[in-house]
Amino acid sequence: MIETIIHVLVIAGLIVSATLVYYFRDLLAAALASGLFSFLISLEFYLLQAPDVAISQAAIGAGLTTAIFIIAIRSTKRYEEDAP
Amino acid sequence: MRMSKIVRFGADVLFGAIVIFGLYIIMHGHLTPGGGFQGGAVVATGVALVIVAYSYEEVIGMVKKFVLTIQESAGLVMFAGVALIAIGLGTTFFFNFLANSGSLFGMTVPFGPNSGELNTGGVLPLMNIAVGIEVWGGLAIIILYMLSGIGKTEEA
Repeated sequence: MIETIIHVLVIAGLIVSATLVYYFRDLLAAALASGLFSFLISLEFYLLQAPDVAISQAAIGAGLTTAIFIIAIRSTKRYEEDAP
Repeated sequence: MRMSKIVRFGADVLFGAIVIFGLYIIMHGHLTPGGGFQGGAVVATGVALVIVAYSYEEVIGMVKKFVLTIQESAGLVMFAGVALIAIGLGTTFFFNFLANSGSLFGMTVPFGPNSGELNTGGVLPLMNIAVGIEVWGGLAIIILYMLSGIGKTEEA
């Protein structure tokens, strides 16, 4: 029972963070929300008893991918403009 | 562009802890979840944290492409070398010649549940270390080349 509740909470967090990536106009905040998505999905991997995959996902998904996004944002504009 | 002083200080403090944790995952690869690739990715995350927090000129001064390339090649050479030593001893490629030998990483695994004895596994810890060194250099140099491609043209 308690496991089901934790699963539902993590999946709800996944949906919320994925929605936030779409709605943020600040691209740095969107990149960090994408990192939060990766962190939550690694937590879900750990709950599904795959700690190997969880470590890989936390390091590469939440760490390195977010770093590449931040470096890319540094050379462009931080705020997204309205669609023409 | 360099980040604020709070971010730079946080990166300085966290870098040591992240590197130690990654090396722990590499060293205990044959006992606990994780291994060479996962530990190397964790260490590369620490390098990426420093690269993100500092400006282009400071990063070029701190992290050298030459060192990371040598590190990546050294990991590959060590992995293949350990596998080739087994052929030199008259056995097959990748033969675990150190297991149960009593020397380095050569202790016999005690009976029962995982006792966490680090001195076991034969050549598996050596290969985990080799893969860890290689992934550390490889993933760090990806981030560094991403920064070099942008160069000094970044906005304030």
